[in-house]
Amino acid sequence: MNQDIHVVVEHLRGQVADITYVALAAARGLAAGSGGSLAAVLLGHNDEGLAGDLGADRVLYIDDPALADFNPEHYAGALTELISADPPRCVLFGDTSMGAETAGILSARLDLPLVSRCRSVDTANGALSFVSQICGGKILVEGALPEPVSLVTMVPGHYQPEEGRGAVAPEVIQTSISPRVAGRVTFNAYLEPAVGDIDISSVSVLVAVGRGIANEDNVEMAEELAEALGGAVCGSRPVVDQGWLPTTRMVGKSGKRVKPDVYLALGISGAPEHVEGMSGSELTIAVNTDVGAPIFDVAQYGSDVDLLDLLPVLIEQVQAAKEG
Amino acid sequence: MNIVVPVKLVPDLVEDLEIDESGITLDTSWLRLILNEVDEHALEQALLLKEAHGGTASVISLDGEGVDDVLFSSAAKGVDHLIKLTGLEFGDDLNNHAVARLYGAIVERLEPELVLIGVQAHNDLDGSLGPLLAEYVGMPYVGYVSGITVTDGKCRVLKEYPGGLIAEMDVVLPAVLGVQAAEAPPRYVAISRIRQAMKTVSLDEQAAADPDSGGGPTIDSMFKPETGERATMIAGDEEEVAAKIVDLLGELGKV
Ligand SMILES: Cc1cc2nc3c(=O)[nH]c(=O)nc-3n(C[C@H](O)[C@H](O)[C@H](O)COP(=O)(O)OP(=O)(O)OC[C@H]3O[C@@H](n4cnc5c(N)ncnc54)[C@H](O)[C@@H]3O)c2cc1C
Repeated sequence: MNQDIHVVVEHLRGQVADITYVALAAARGLAAGSGGSLAAVLLGHNDEGLAGDLGADRVLYIDDPALADFNPEHYAGALTELISADPPRCVLFGDTSMGAETAGILSARLDLPLVSRCRSVDTANGALSFVSQICGGKILVEGALPEPVSLVTMVPGHYQPEEGRGAVAPEVIQTSISPRVAGRVTFNAYLEPAVGDIDISSVSVLVAVGRGIANEDNVEMAEELAEALGGAVCGSRPVVDQGWLPTTRMVGKSGKRVKPDVYLALGISGAPEHVEGMSGSELTIAVNTDVGAPIFDVAQYGSDVDLLDLLPVLIEQVQAAKEG
Repeated sequence: MNIVVPVKLVPDLVEDLEIDESGITLDTSWLRLILNEVDEHALEQALLLKEAHGGTASVISLDGEGVDDVLFSSAAKGVDHLIKLTGLEFGDDLNNHAVARLYGAIVERLEPELVLIGVQAHNDLDGSLGPLLAEYVGMPYVGYVSGITVTDGKCRVLKEYPGGLIAEMDVVLPAVLGVQAAEAPPRYVAISRIRQAMKTVSLDEQAAADPDSGGGPTIDSMFKPETGERATMIAGDEEEVAAKIVDLLGELGKV
């Protein structure tokens, strides 16, 4: 048992995810409070090069062919050995496709408490605490990070990734751990996102539609507006899951991150998973009949008119303004 | 192919959420619970696989307001076996570790080939149910899944990463998969068919064991976030709102 803080590095095809730097920024404060050191835990194969800008005191590197691509069984297997051999005070993950399941498996397997959806962590008088964000960001929960060992998954929003980058390359310590491979889960291949469609992350005016658009036919109105503005249509996850827009047009945690000059959010509630993908927009205008919708916390301008009433009028006025 | 879908009911976020006097839990007196959205996808995926391969689909739920409706509507959609754990309700102080242990005990008795579960729920504070459950019953887990094909005791899954990238993985059965999206949008079912199910299908009520919440944090306080600056609301009807939006776009040279 020691007071160190570990951050499990998330990387995909040669690139470290931003959430890892967010977790490193959070972990830096925790390590100062616990009196331990901060270690980034890098699992991979021939991936040592990814260690360079991790803002940690040292990097514990586990190299094995079975870790070449993410595999929940292999990640959990390797981390089980690492944590059991010398349990740190906390292990941080991203609350993501990789981190959430790895942390969950480890919590049940090693009987270690898990705190998910942490937005920030804090230390006061050596006591480590968390603030988690639940219910679509409508509720915050505060508590102590259980002793002696806690697993934590982080959501973005509170720390800037830049804070988690280091100016000097940390020392890399190669561990002798290799994951015990049970062979129940095998990684085969990556399937690339469809190409040929426009790239919404490079469009300057986005007309974004959410479930409030109500049906596929109404999406055409949004297309018409986007065309009049020289922009493109994108949407929230439910609209894509309904098949009303292709996956390439999805904005958010599982979709694209966009930073347009104008983001017109129509019938989108503003769930954290959506906001994650669009909070960098220059100007956000939201239209939502629910004045309490969280999207109005992100938008600079808003209206609670019915979007289906607004769209035809707006199309007309935009076209008139262009001609005039 | 026998498939089990353990579900979770969560507060409807359309409603205002209030924190009760204790300051550490939601006020449940007005709380409306709905089926976790991704559980609907897990259920739909189970029905699609059942239609393709035969077998049975079972749903497991704790008790609580609205649970019977959820169970009967899943029966109307094609689920064969409705299991309700009685004596404990959603909204009681049960964390996911406790629910995963309770559901795990049932899963072990049912011995399914596949457990499909929503990849997360918006009120998860101690991780999501899927990986915990998988580990408790000794099955492999893969989450963020949006496609499942089953052949010869093995399934091939599509796991989502950000930006639309997908990893194809093979998973040996039995397994627990955390579903992000079904291959088709969740089907609708007419109220009349739900009423029909209420008359013809019976709930398999099983008394829940004593819950064990070990593995989650203790909550010291619960509060609403301080809202920063809210959007400036544009007054007027759609004509006026449209005019203001055109002005804003004009200032940025977009019209
Ligand atoms: C692991 C995971 C990853 C996810 N990734 C993403 C992601 O990448 N992107 C994403 O968007 N979501 C993602 N989600 C889903 C996310 O949690 C929300 O469910 C989703 O963003 C909600 O979409 P919405 O705002 O369109 O729908 P809702 O939340 O249903 O909101 C619809 C809104 O429309 C308003 N409305 C209805 N009718 C009208 C009308 N006529 N006029 C004006 N307003 C109207 C309503 O008031 C409501 O606020 C993810 C979820 C999970 C579990």
